[in-house]
Amino acid sequence: MASDQLLQYLFSGLTHGSIYALVGVGFTIIYAVTSIINFAQGEFVMLGGMLSFFLFASMGVPLPMAVILAIIVAAVVGALLYLLAIRSARQASVVSLIIITIGASIFIRGIAAEVWGVDAVRPPAFTGTTSWLVAGAYIQPQAVWLIGITLVLTLLLHLFFNFTMMGKALKACAINRSAAGMVGIDARAMALTAFVMAGALGAIGGTVMSPLTSITYGMGAMIGLKGFVAASIGGFKSPVAAVIGGLTLGIVEAMAVAIGWGPFSSAYKDAIALIVLLAILLLRAGQLAAQERPS
Amino acid sequence: MMNVERLQRFNWRPVAIGFLLVLLLLMPFNWFMGQYTTLLVFIGLHTMVTVGLCLLLGYTGQVSLGQAAFYGLGAYFSAVLSKTYGVNPWLAMIIGAIATGTFAYVIAYPIFRLKGNYLAMATLGLGIIMYVLFRQMAQYTGGPDGMGGIPQLAIGSFVFDTPFKRYYLVWFFCLSILLLSQNIVNSRTGRALRAIHGSEAASASLGINVAQFKMKIFVLAAVYASLAGSLFVHHLSFVNPQPFGFLGSVMIVVMAVVGGLASIWGAIFGAAMVRILSDELLLRFGELDIVIYGLILMLVMIFTPEGLFVRLKSYYRRWQTGRLGEVEL
Repeated sequence: MASDQLLQYLFSGLTHGSIYALVGVGFTIIYAVTSIINFAQGEFVMLGGMLSFFLFASMGVPLPMAVILAIIVAAVVGALLYLLAIRSARQASVVSLIIITIGASIFIRGIAAEVWGVDAVRPPAFTGTTSWLVAGAYIQPQAVWLIGITLVLTLLLHLFFNFTMMGKALKACAINRSAAGMVGIDARAMALTAFVMAGALGAIGGTVMSPLTSITYGMGAMIGLKGFVAASIGGFKSPVAAVIGGLTLGIVEAMAVAIGWGPFSSAYKDAIALIVLLAILLLRAGQLAAQERPS
Repeated sequence: MMNVERLQRFNWRPVAIGFLLVLLLLMPFNWFMGQYTTLLVFIGLHTMVTVGLCLLLGYTGQVSLGQAAFYGLGAYFSAVLSKTYGVNPWLAMIIGAIATGTFAYVIAYPIFRLKGNYLAMATLGLGIIMYVLFRQMAQYTGGPDGMGGIPQLAIGSFVFDTPFKRYYLVWFFCLSILLLSQNIVNSRTGRALRAIHGSEAASASLGINVAQFKMKIFVLAAVYASLAGSLFVHHLSFVNPQPFGFLGSVMIVVMAVVGGLASIWGAIFGAAMVRILSDELLLRFGELDIVIYGLILMLVMIFTPEGLFVRLKSYYRRWQTGRLGEVEL
């Protein structure tokens, strides 16, 4: 394969990988702080994309404002999810929490379909759609935005978790919740923070991605699955690891399609994530079982 | 006062089951609920799928978010074998059940090394992939448009060619599966499963092969779903991938949650409530049904994590023992 073609697939992989990365970071933060896998994580991406489009197209909000508002609304949805659904279910088992977040996921999805309809929408790109030629491969400005924002956010998250009081408090909760409580960290406030951050990160991904790929009300499940795979590759340990996981998954997907290996024509691209997921889960089965909170 | 006590002491269980059987027998007649025969057939089919998930969820504490995939496998095995290859529909149904069961067994081996969240996500992924396959393998499955003209089931010259006849066929299968499941739950296996739900470590230390029991139930649930899928395509003479996607799997979880996780007969209640809700009440509201399902899942899990039907049953028990007014601890 020619190197410019390879580069083309690499760009595509990094673009998709950025979305998986942002969703994966959301999974990682919530899981680290609360031991909950939020099955509604993909819906934040959908909300971000849908909200930014409808604020812009139907309500005439200027695009940058629409994007910021969409992110704020998704963060509020994240907060409500925690306050109304998760916190009310005290001492729920793992399975109960899975079912609650699945319920939240289809609830959000249904509301989106009711309010905005079931057709795919595509908000305008931030800075035009004329592709740039880089070393023989084309890349859209919006893809550069997506990859760039992901990398900047990764850096900011790294700084946040290591050099701010709140970031360190979140990290303390992740390491040992009861010990964190003893030194005066409010675990519930931290859990709320985690859900707000996850909502905002997912929505950032959604607002930046949807001008590239368009978005429908039902895309959350698949994006959530991919984000979960990204977080699994990263081992649910740190946001940076989840980002690396997401980019890896994106590149693996793109390359499998590029090689056209076996059944992996683009129609079956989605199957790759599952195979990667199963491979990782099984390789780490013992380790993961030890991590799980007893139900 | 005396009368109430006698009412409380009376064993209502045989009466309830007898009433249910008579009701099931008479429901499809025109003078009773004939106009709802199709709905009742679907309730039977979904009860079959749901009871498998109830066994898995309620008795082993494992969740599957991909149960519709097995339902779909049964459906497509029956549809493709009987229509495209002219295989006898009964034989196709058996082949489908064996193939689906084998597939479940093969994937259960790696998958049941996982627990909780990871198992849930793996089954969710599996369900989505099967749905992609049903859509993409268009040369066999007809793709998103589906395939029609699937032959009907028959015994000799007696063809199950009306919803009325198929109702009895489906409910024969459904009740057989419920009875089988009831027996499993009350057997040594059932006690082992409850022990696993209580504590995996403790049951393993008592010599229960935890992984093997989970795998058995997973395979059993897959076979139930496959049989239901086969009956489903012969009922409609048509199949498309739509019922077998992620939302199809979630709907089965909703049924199990409404029915009560650790309850065999609750599966009928769960399947009936959800089907009546979606077929009769929500038809005009587009996507409103998933909003309602989402609410049901969240509310039931927050307030009665043991499932709605089981909660109602426990109220009945407390009434029977005269402790209705007491606060449950």
